[in-house]
Amino acid sequence: MRGTPENTEGPMLHQVLFFIFGAICIAGALNLLLQKHPINSALSLIVVMGSLALLYLLLGAEFVAAVQVIVYAGAIMVLFVFVIMLLNAGEEDLTRGSRIAILLGVPAVAAITGLVVYTLIARSGDLGRLSIGDYYVKTQELGISLFREFLLPFEITSVLILIAIMGAVVLARREH
Amino acid sequence: MTTTEYIIVSVIKIALILFILLTAVAYIVWLERKVIGHMQNRWGPTRVGPFGLLQPLADGIKFILKEDLVPDNAHKLFYIAAPMIALVLSLISISMIPFGETIRVHGWNIPLQITAFSNGSQIQDINIALLIILGITSVGVYGIALSGWSSNSKYSLLGSLRASAQLISYELALGLSLIGVLIISGSLSLREIVNQQAGPFWHWNFFGGLQFVAFFIYIMAAYAETNRIPFDLPEAETELVAGYHTEYSAMKFAMFFMAEYCNMVTVACLATLLFLGGWHSPFIGLLPPGPPVWQAISPIFWFVAKIVFFIFLYIWIRGTLPRFRYDQLMSFGWKFLLPLAIANIIVTSLVVALR
Repeated sequence: MRGTPENTEGPMLHQVLFFIFGAICIAGALNLLLQKHPINSALSLIVVMGSLALLYLLLGAEFVAAVQVIVYAGAIMVLFVFVIMLLNAGEEDLTRGSRIAILLGVPAVAAITGLVVYTLIARSGDLGRLSIGDYYVKTQELGISLFREFLLPFEITSVLILIAIMGAVVLARREH
Repeated sequence: MTTTEYIIVSVIKIALILFILLTAVAYIVWLERKVIGHMQNRWGPTRVGPFGLLQPLADGIKFILKEDLVPDNAHKLFYIAAPMIALVLSLISISMIPFGETIRVHGWNIPLQITAFSNGSQIQDINIALLIILGITSVGVYGIALSGWSSNSKYSLLGSLRASAQLISYELALGLSLIGVLIISGSLSLREIVNQQAGPFWHWNFFGGLQFVAFFIYIMAAYAETNRIPFDLPEAETELVAGYHTEYSAMKFAMFFMAEYCNMVTVACLATLLFLGGWHSPFIGLLPPGPPVWQAISPIFWFVAKIVFFIFLYIWIRGTLPRFRYDQLMSFGWKFLLPLAIANIIVTSLVVALR
């Protein structure tokens, strides 16, 4: 995925695409929170996953992008939609939220956002520029580093997931 | 080639491949009715045109002219969007498929693949094509799931629930069956996988790579993914009227229909590319190369011949096998295909490591 053969307008195109998919991502996330019907929310989450995958692709992380679509948008969200359809969940009322949430949550969110924005602006001189495929990694290289340098974390994660699967089976098993 | 020329060539390629694909879909339906007819001692379509060859055209006109109903209690947006999602996703995956090497037009080398371009002598194609096709297949569930849910009908909902569960289950076996091929070829680019199988038929992954187990797992999982008999539980007409598309009529129904057949073609293309050497002739080096005209046509001929073989296999199996029961379907996928696919990966990686 390296764009058109003569990639002269690289950085410019990259910015345009980044803003398009970033905007779609944020719009999807907001829609996810504001929708009343769970299936609308689930579909918005798929849009968020899809645009995140495209942002990964813009950085050149093609394998991560593909896995994002296959695993998150394709498998996990299908299960979400499946459960919503199976339970035939209806519309929900939007609550105004508890008083504690408003008293503590809103200032906390404002503080965190302010901190992130401040850090980004203050350190903007140190941050470099990016263009399409700056972090281009072949899937083969990713596999080699995953199974050589990061073998232990990889195996620990696998065991963790295995434990989670066994836990789910134990919880779901019917008592005889 | 400048950017403008590149875009023009791409648009022409897309239009041409879409035209060929949709025509092929129409005539696969004709072929299916004809072959099934002969298998059941009938004639199939004979009335419209010679051998019923104009039947797809008549069907198309019928689909366009029929009344397009939207049920009263349907969720309008999703009801209309679902067939479009299904069709668009099934059309996108064909853009990853390489159909042959290159053709020379106007001094340019144009690769026979939408997502590829040639710079000078070598071809640069999309290098995660296989993953993208898997991703599109896994997202394709939403068309079916949403259609069943938004129709607000029992049969549709049951059909789409069955479809979602079935597609998730068989995707595992499908994905794992491809790992063996990937271990052998070491690449996710379909063009490179095909080029590594160049040579007579014992170089193909099916024979030379010893991937025949993976091939049969892939074929069975792919039949389940495309909702074909014996895995057509989501639209089992004896139990669920028509399954997830019960409430659909006219062009919206036709969209589901076209999506299913497009998926069949994509699955056949992928099987050809991964296991049967793509566009390479099985007798390269065994037979004389033949006149230049034949050498030019030969890749296209062999590719199409292999696809037609798979399509015929689909129809043949439809004419032969009865439908699974749903619990049989699930235990077959999880307890037989999945362990077999994992065993295939272990054996293949052992063979590659010890070679």
